[in-house]
Amino acid sequence: MLEIHDLTVMVQNRRVLQNVEMHVSNGETVALFGPNGSGKTSLLSTIMGVPGYRVERGNIIFKGEDITGLAIDERARLGIGMAFQRPPVVRGVKLMDMMRICMDRRGGAGEIDVRRCIEKLNLGEFQDRDINLGFSGGEIKRSELVQLLAQDPDFVMFDEPDSGVDLVSIHLVAKVINELLEKEKSAGRRTKAGLIISHAGHILDYVNADRAYVIMGGNLYCSGNPRDLLEDIKVKGYEGCISCQRQN
Amino acid sequence: MSETELKEQAKKAEKKPSALGIDIDLNAYSVKAEKHEKIDGLNALPGDMKKRSESVGMDADETCRAGSYFQIDHSVIQSAVCQSGLEVMSISNALKEHDWLEDYRWNMIKVDTDKYTAQAELKESEGYFIRALPGAKVEFPVQACLYMSRDGMAQNVHNIVIAEEGAELHMITGCTTGSAVMSGLHVGVSEFYVKKNAQITFTMIHNWSEEMIVRPRSAALVEENGLFLSNYICMKPVKNLQTYPTAYCVGENAIVRFNTILFAHEGSTMDVGSRVYLKARGSRAEVISRALTDGGDIFARGHLIGEVPEIKAHLECRGLMLSEKGTIHAVPELEGRVPNVDMSHEAAVGKIAEEEIHYLMARGLSSDEATAAIVRGFLDVEIKGLPANLEREMKRAIRAGDMNERLM
Repeated sequence: MLEIHDLTVMVQNRRVLQNVEMHVSNGETVALFGPNGSGKTSLLSTIMGVPGYRVERGNIIFKGEDITGLAIDERARLGIGMAFQRPPVVRGVKLMDMMRICMDRRGGAGEIDVRRCIEKLNLGEFQDRDINLGFSGGEIKRSELVQLLAQDPDFVMFDEPDSGVDLVSIHLVAKVINELLEKEKSAGRRTKAGLIISHAGHILDYVNADRAYVIMGGNLYCSGNPRDLLEDIKVKGYEGCISCQRQN
Repeated sequence: MSETELKEQAKKAEKKPSALGIDIDLNAYSVKAEKHEKIDGLNALPGDMKKRSESVGMDADETCRAGSYFQIDHSVIQSAVCQSGLEVMSISNALKEHDWLEDYRWNMIKVDTDKYTAQAELKESEGYFIRALPGAKVEFPVQACLYMSRDGMAQNVHNIVIAEEGAELHMITGCTTGSAVMSGLHVGVSEFYVKKNAQITFTMIHNWSEEMIVRPRSAALVEENGLFLSNYICMKPVKNLQTYPTAYCVGENAIVRFNTILFAHEGSTMDVGSRVYLKARGSRAEVISRALTDGGDIFARGHLIGEVPEIKAHLECRGLMLSEKGTIHAVPELEGRVPNVDMSHEAAVGKIAEEEIHYLMARGLSSDEATAAIVRGFLDVEIKGLPANLEREMKRAIRAGDMNERLM
């Protein structure tokens, strides 16, 4: 579904990603680990097409189409969606309005579907509030997910969906991520794919990831089994990944 | 004050510039206008006139209106009442019918305030008188249209609106010109009286032409437990608009709310404020304005004056700049004259944050759609106490702004 070749990205005059090679297949869930400032959010933002992330070299192929030069909304309409880690407050645009706009774009899903999504994430009391205005960390995560439910993208990116979420809510968050990634279906029948950033890997106790990448200093270091990689990181730290890569 | 004394006072102020806004040469505008014949109902209006009046909230069918008043230039072509407990007529007839009305005229606004109030007294003028009798609950709004049909003319208007004790009155007023009218001067003096336990909601929609000069002069007196809610919307081009309506909470627990929504196109200057004097314990005021510029200049003013303890008042002024041109100058003022007042304000001016647009674009909206969604939200002021049909009318007027074609 997604292929990234030799991707180098600048933000202003700073290189944030370098020679990144990555692929995510249909039905696959991929985790992305890395320390603070390693380039995790930059990678998701570049895939999404957020302005300010200037691709200097390489390309991004989505469903066989080179989307490197496409605008953010064009990518969204092709089926890429993202739950932001720190989304902005959008005064005046109510969560419910946003849900309706997203649903309409999918071909007119009804008001019942909008309400069902809102109820699924226990956001009833937030539906008529401006998006993210006064939301707590956990509420922001749920608000992001409910918008993705309405948008229903084919390739879904989650930027630290577990940060700031309490133990009760993490079940709910994971349940919706699993739904977005069609985890209820057998692996061969899934059409959706996902990329999850997780700092500590908590969400992976609830969402099964097929593979993981480690990113540091804007470079992807290795790819492997998420649990094994997490264990290694816990024991050896991220520095261990660097030395491991060097040994390879 | 006798008629002679009023005229004398007005004469002294004939050349007195307004404290705010550019000074206008009144001699550049003619007060002469032909007389227009009365009509049976608004559906009898000629096409353009009907269309323009509908753009400022008039309902030509009059089915959902408690009364209608229509004035072209200086001629009152219709004044009708569809409900008991309500009076709708020209101010000239009302002054003949009610001796006591002289006490209300030039009571809230001084005739020598400036050259515009003076002109309203000295030159040919007309206006509406609308009154809800004691205890009358006027379910549907009364509509009033002030229409200018001649290019280069000055329309002087003096209105008086009274909600007697316990009465409830909703009004929608639209001011507009014929589509062939380019320039002109509109001077509108309006005095509102909200008696004990009464309420007036007043929604005013302006749709002028690009060279119009507009000088409304409005004031409201609100007695014990009274409510005065004013909504002012001007989304279309106007050369120069200056107004600073003022309300006085004189009775305990009186409530005043001003909502102002402005959109300044390139070439338009709007200097609009709302002022509330809180003169009685328990009185409350809320002044909210939304200023939007696409190249025009806006002064968004607000002034709250707390004169007694135990009052509560809030001022909120937000401005959004849609282009590199144009200015928004927010001037919020709070004046506590005694301790133990609860007064606050917030003001913010800026352009739409790109981060917000990108965020909405990540959900699939184009840049224009994202901007429109944010602008719509920006203008969507929550109006408490307005009947549903008036709220619909107000939202329609807001969305009918010229930006509609570009953004909405």
